[in-house]
Amino acid sequence: MMKTKIFRPEKRAVLIQGDQAVVEGALAAGVEFFAGYPITPASEIAEGFARELPKIGGKFLQMEDEIAGMAAVVGASLAGKKAITATSGPGFALKQENLGFATMVEAPVVVVNVQRVGPSTGLPTSPSQGDVMQARWGRNGDQEIIALAPASVTESYELTIKAVNLSEKFRQPVVLMLDEVIGHLREKIYLSTSDEIEIIDRKRPAADQDPDQYLPYQLTDDLIPPMADYGSGLKYHTSGLFHDQSGFPDGKNETAKLMQDRLHNKLHNNLDQIILYQKDIRKDDRVAVLSYGSAARTAISAVNTGRKDNLKAGWFKLQTIWPFAEKEVAELAAQVETIIVPELNQGQLIREVKRAAAGQAKVLGINSYAGELIKPEEIRALLEEVL
Amino acid sequence: MDFEKYLRMDKLPHIWCPGCGHGTILNSFIRAFAESDFDQDKTVVISGIGCSGRATGYLNFDTLHTTHGRAIAFATGVKMANPELNVIVMTGDGDGSAIGGNHLIHAARRNIDLTVILFNNQIYGMTGGQFSPMTPTGDLASTAPYGNIDQNFNLAELVAGAGGTFIARGATFDPRQLKKLYLAALKHKGFSFVESLSQCPVSYGRQNKAGDAVEMLKKQEEDTINFKKWQQLSTEEKKLKYPLGILKELDNPESEYTVRYQKIIEQVNNEGAL
Repeated sequence: MMKTKIFRPEKRAVLIQGDQAVVEGALAAGVEFFAGYPITPASEIAEGFARELPKIGGKFLQMEDEIAGMAAVVGASLAGKKAITATSGPGFALKQENLGFATMVEAPVVVVNVQRVGPSTGLPTSPSQGDVMQARWGRNGDQEIIALAPASVTESYELTIKAVNLSEKFRQPVVLMLDEVIGHLREKIYLSTSDEIEIIDRKRPAADQDPDQYLPYQLTDDLIPPMADYGSGLKYHTSGLFHDQSGFPDGKNETAKLMQDRLHNKLHNNLDQIILYQKDIRKDDRVAVLSYGSAARTAISAVNTGRKDNLKAGWFKLQTIWPFAEKEVAELAAQVETIIVPELNQGQLIREVKRAAAGQAKVLGINSYAGELIKPEEIRALLEEVL
Repeated sequence: MDFEKYLRMDKLPHIWCPGCGHGTILNSFIRAFAESDFDQDKTVVISGIGCSGRATGYLNFDTLHTTHGRAIAFATGVKMANPELNVIVMTGDGDGSAIGGNHLIHAARRNIDLTVILFNNQIYGMTGGQFSPMTPTGDLASTAPYGNIDQNFNLAELVAGAGGTFIARGATFDPRQLKKLYLAALKHKGFSFVESLSQCPVSYGRQNKAGDAVEMLKKQEEDTINFKKWQQLSTEEKKLKYPLGILKELDNPESEYTVRYQKIIEQVNNEGAL
């Protein structure tokens, strides 16, 4: 049996696509397992892992369908590996049930969704942010999800590392929401050396853990139970049924309530570690353009050129879209008169912005949902209109 | 022999109905496992949804009770992630051949080293007696109140055709043979599949006036025949009986999927990559 090699990237500048940056980021974060199914515009991610994983003794699986790809990464995660899958909107729909299962059994996995225009087969090679609500509510039942949205190739690399780390830290599936433009865009980025990257591994039980005393879903102070790899001798049960600390279902409503609350609170007690954003809002700015993913590129460009003409505008870029940055957006709404939300959909995250703003600021959308990017001039025109 | 160590005794008695054959399958499996040289700590048992899905809760191994139909896909991930683990799948005829049929044939095609035990009681029991892909044509089910017009699979032939390298069929009227088949399946290096005929007196039996468990077991015995004897029957006679025993066995460990992937890893690392 060959020992798994630790991936040690050299610090180097490369000209790569967002999809390839996801592969580089995942390998840098310690991912050793990919399973998935070909789909435009995410196939380059599968191709990258097929090429790279055997080099480090990792495993690549092309499965028979999207559902199996999701199932296999959860299986690999339970067997102790950092695991990732990648797809686009239609495939993301197919993965939802097993994504919910991963949430329920608290298996750290990363699901990449390189979004294309939907519904259905839609426009496979055009960008979209139409799966924002699918990421949040695509599964049955109430549940939390972490979703990150890179706006550049560099961010695709960095947020993939972040996604793996968050999944490991919180025993929580994390969705990485690229879109077709970010996935296929080529930019020069710097790959870090491994000692520059913070790598988080899941908390495991102590080596001398008594199997008879092991509680796979133990109620700990941080609400994150230590997770044993299959085959480590602790012989525990994993089930999508609501389960008590022992991992076994007992059919009790109190058990379900306790578990629902723990799954919610393990994230909501740590929002400061999960919610990532960047902003440039000056004291006298009257308008903020709030965006994420490829729409943020347009937004920042429009704000920067507008400022040259003395427009009182700033930008706010969400890198974490779920859980939603409620507190930060409420603060923003108290600070400016208007928030403009450009999105590549008919207005999905804007609902959350309005909810968080709670009437403190006017919230206006700019929407493109048929496969074209929003132009900076469109945002500029609205900025001039409201200022 | 100490069989209790393979059971989670505090989870018993099981939830299966009186007369159900699934307990016989579990019993035969434990006896087979005890005779194998497998390490209990290095064995993962994975199930889906349905009556068969509950088997994993009673077994004292690392156990994974997955979503409906997906046990084999989860198992493929576990086995690939750590090929040192023995990975066993327990599934039903609905779970394994309807919603999970795609995973069944593709795992067989890959010849990945999983041992799949399919509990075939010819009905969806947990949900109350709807017809499955294994319900015989003409039988009654809650969703076939005028008789089932679907044709049922010959699952063993399906999995053999898909490339599985160990195919067997046993039945709960003969638990000793079941045990032997499970032991051979566990030892086989490659994809092994044991269709295990089981009786469901409650959800299938009542609707089809098949009698109690004893009568259903007698019928099972009448409808089946040893594979070697079956081979000597005429084409017409063969259609009337299910052959029992090892139906296909190809011993070629080198063709097993994780072995082939390991060769890729070695090739890439020795010769340099793309």
